[in-house]
Amino acid sequence: MTSDRLRLLLPVLSLAVLLGAVFYLQPRAMSYFGLNLLFNLAIPVALATIAQMMIIMVNDIDLSVGTFVSFCACVTATFVHDTPLLGYAILAGAILAYAALGALIQLRGLPAIVVTLGMSFVWGGLAVLILPSPGGASPEWLRTLMTLKTPLVPIAVIAPLVIAFAVHLLIRRSWIGVILQGVGGNERAMERAGWSVVRLRATSYGLAGLFGVLAGMCLVGLTTAADANIALRYTLLSIAGVILGGGEFVGGRISPFGAVIGALTLTLAASFLSFLRLSPDWQIGAQGAILILVLAVRLLFVRKEATA
Amino acid sequence: MNDTRPNPIRAVLQKPWLWAYLAAGLTFAATSLIAGSGAGSLFYAALTFASFSAIVGIGQMLVITLGPGNIDLSIPATMTLAATLALKFMDTQTALILPGLLVAIGVGIGCGVVNFLLILLLRIPPIIATLSASFLYQSLAIWSNRGLRIKPPEPLADFATGGALGIPNVAVVGIALAICAWLLLERAIAGRWISAIGQNLRAARLSGVPVNAVRFGIYVNSAICAALTGFLLASFSGGANLNMGTEYMLMSIAVVVIGGSSIGGGNSNVPGIWGAALFMFLIVSMLNSYGLGAGIRLILTGLVIVGVVTLASRKGYDA
Amino acid sequence: MSFGPVHALRAASLTISAGECIGLVGHNGAGKSTLANVINGRLTQTQGAVRYRDGVGELRNSQNAQNAGVRSVFQELSLCPNLTVLENLRIPYRTMPRKGWRRAARQKMIDALDLVFPGHGIRPGATVGNLTIAERQMVEIAIAFADRDREPSLVILDEPTSSLDAAIARQLLDHIKRFCAAGGAVLFISHMMGEIFEVSTRIIIMKDGRIVDDQHASAFTRSSIVDAMGHVAPDDDSADTDQTARTLGAEVVRSPNGLNARAGEIVGLAGLAGHGQAEALAQLYFDHAPKWKSTSEPDVVFVAGDRARDGVMPLWSILQNLSLTTLPEFSRKVMVDRGREAGLVQSWQDRIGIRTDNLLNPILSLSGGNQQKVLFARALASSAPIVVMDDPMRGVDVGTKKEVYQMIRDEAATGRSFLWYSTETDEILECDRVFVFRAGHIAAELTGDEITEENILHASFEMQEAAH
Repeated sequence: MTSDRLRLLLPVLSLAVLLGAVFYLQPRAMSYFGLNLLFNLAIPVALATIAQMMIIMVNDIDLSVGTFVSFCACVTATFVHDTPLLGYAILAGAILAYAALGALIQLRGLPAIVVTLGMSFVWGGLAVLILPSPGGASPEWLRTLMTLKTPLVPIAVIAPLVIAFAVHLLIRRSWIGVILQGVGGNERAMERAGWSVVRLRATSYGLAGLFGVLAGMCLVGLTTAADANIALRYTLLSIAGVILGGGEFVGGRISPFGAVIGALTLTLAASFLSFLRLSPDWQIGAQGAILILVLAVRLLFVRKEATA
Repeated sequence: MNDTRPNPIRAVLQKPWLWAYLAAGLTFAATSLIAGSGAGSLFYAALTFASFSAIVGIGQMLVITLGPGNIDLSIPATMTLAATLALKFMDTQTALILPGLLVAIGVGIGCGVVNFLLILLLRIPPIIATLSASFLYQSLAIWSNRGLRIKPPEPLADFATGGALGIPNVAVVGIALAICAWLLLERAIAGRWISAIGQNLRAARLSGVPVNAVRFGIYVNSAICAALTGFLLASFSGGANLNMGTEYMLMSIAVVVIGGSSIGGGNSNVPGIWGAALFMFLIVSMLNSYGLGAGIRLILTGLVIVGVVTLASRKGYDA
Repeated sequence: MSFGPVHALRAASLTISAGECIGLVGHNGAGKSTLANVINGRLTQTQGAVRYRDGVGELRNSQNAQNAGVRSVFQELSLCPNLTVLENLRIPYRTMPRKGWRRAARQKMIDALDLVFPGHGIRPGATVGNLTIAERQMVEIAIAFADRDREPSLVILDEPTSSLDAAIARQLLDHIKRFCAAGGAVLFISHMMGEIFEVSTRIIIMKDGRIVDDQHASAFTRSSIVDAMGHVAPDDDSADTDQTARTLGAEVVRSPNGLNARAGEIVGLAGLAGHGQAEALAQLYFDHAPKWKSTSEPDVVFVAGDRARDGVMPLWSILQNLSLTTLPEFSRKVMVDRGREAGLVQSWQDRIGIRTDNLLNPILSLSGGNQQKVLFARALASSAPIVVMDDPMRGVDVGTKKEVYQMIRDEAATGRSFLWYSTETDEILECDRVFVFRAGHIAAELTGDEITEENILHASFEMQEAAH
């Protein structure tokens, strides 16, 4: 078994174990409707996780994913709904801003953690400006898309897998993906071969912006309304999803399928905890504990790989 | 590089903290002009709120001084947890104030130890370790809080809101801690070690610096600072609440960066913490008095951070 | 070509024609890698010019070199470990046609590997990070010889066989011969004499940044090469006059790889640079220095040679840099005793002659040699019985060196042990006992009269043919 497969094994196993536990606790969940409920928010979480993965791919961490997705959700629920042209222009501008941020970080050698933390307040502020109180409405086509009745398996399960496959083609198969991963793997070698790392980092940040926008739009399609704090928890969820899915913080080692499965596992974990009748007080803590647990298990895996 | 003889005027002008105080002074002037109300009360309020930012900022500064990648994101959760548990323990009884303070500090020590153990044993970046641990603390706080708002004991609330000679009591605490931090960094052996680790961990290790002990102490210290701030803030505002720490996540980093400490590590700046803390409060009150809402405030704070990091980067990386 | 004040390469003139395989040999710091880097355009010469076969004057050297088909393989691996073998071919091959690139890259990679290392067993789809060091080296070599948009015209190989076993190295040598016979050119840098003689048509010997000999390979013998590159001229002949006999104490340190020292002994670590000496010393230090507690009586102190990586605190003054290790020794409480610190630093300035008018100046205002003196003083000021020195004399002038040698001898006479890695022969000659390292292991242990430049060179260079 190649180590890539081995890396994917951990998230797949955790998802299977969790799913088994949920079905054991609540056999009725084993249905079209039940699955739809279990994975309700899987699509936006998966997209946000992919956004984070683009940043981790180039050895940075984005602490603004949560507020950025909230901002995009607010834009979608207001401008895109009311004046579509302006709305899409704003979202395109946000993607460009992300790309510019990537270029800035590379050009000035800035710590991405601090820059994105600062930006998280900018996005949060913009979201508050747009939607001071919860409200807005989902564009009709988004609502239809998100509530699509797909045969056999609900869209909440199908869509994340489709997204994973598309990103897999883009990042793991296409030449541009290979070059972007190279930045995380050996930045100096890329420079030596004549690539512009500024341009490459801007590209991966731009892709992160794109997937953040998509996450915000899908979120509105599901919830039909938005507020400025709607997705704050996505920052941790997205980092956890990438790591859970076999990604590494440094070295450009990422897996789109792993990241999406990681995101699915975390969404399921939340449902599982509520099935356990665990008080909502502990939900956040349980997610933190799961993240720590996964990192600990991973450490054992890595040790084994090193000794093998 | 050739003329390195100290020149008193140039030396002062080169102090990075000068800019934080200048900015604070300007915003102070601009705000008192608009607000019209007494400059004295604005100054008093600025000192009070700045001390909370300054205390967490001191803890965060020492962590950031340890070098790239070192950052404590568990500050808000630690603040909330310490405040909640301490207030619950005191249960408005005056006799339990001192033990209550000890409870808060004990919570801080516990959080710091957990943070560092995660960093050391799981070998995960401090940012992830402190972030995921903070979710545990947050849950603990939610669970123990139960939506109840327990008031602080009367004398403690009086202390936290009171002051003498026009200086709020909390500011006295904040200034005293800043002096301690300054002594530690500038005069103590441990301060040299912190700076050495931040400049070059490997070289520090090869020079006999007990790197793990120093890092351990710094992470615990940051959590204690956060716990103390939580304790004071809850006493000041009449009780702990679950969101009380939220804004201090960015605030603690902002005061370090604006205060002139190098985000690349190794070089910290204690006076700048206070200048930046005053500035951060004053800019908010200035925007308030100009009638600007929460959104604009958030955006401007974020932009100030990004701007300062960008401007400071050349200095930090060429050194 | 010069790095700061040190000329790494001077007045080197070299023409490489098609079909030639040039063996490049020389001491540490003789300028081999610098020469190679100027040829491939990574470094720009300060004077003179590099001309390529079909060079257009306007482009930068690196682009000209690329256009002319100059490829290089260096010891520092330039692969991306997170990518697969075939994906790594895509990185230097920037103009690769985008359509169906994966299949093309797979084919090119298989072709290149089969060509150079028949029977290699490396799958082009394997992730590089999962390969062994030898396999990675093979991939890197194969990428250099691979068919890309241009044919490779000149391939620079810097110690390419260092991590390959004998059979694989044999395949590489055979391929180099085939490649040159077909009209390609190779610049082959190696310390393996057998390999140099086997593949080279011409051998170039470098010393002190100059090409000192450049002749047809048949004009050399192994010993004549060692003679020509050896003998970094001793500064004067007083070096071994005051080798007073010291009484050595009991063994004070022994590391798992066999490195050991007795009390009062000066132990040298010799061999070519990058053969594990620095790692052995750092490991020895880490094994003996506590991570958790500080002590006023340390067992071992370290003198760094790689100043930026291991020694200098760039934000600090000379004074703070000098006193770092001894802080707990001279201040009894938690606070720094600034009076004693100033006294200690002053006394060391007088003793070791740090050239500055103010010890509060930043350390980076000093020249490299003076920075090195500060690092020396940092360690010697301590009371630790064992001093580990990682090539600590880089950039130090001759006069100071003599003083430091004397200081080391004096300290050794008081019972201190020194473990001293040096790339300079006259420093190794100062030692009581010498371990010669090759490829991470101790290749020879020399004592007393055995410590000669010739013996060290013979032990550092693999004199035998690669075993079959």
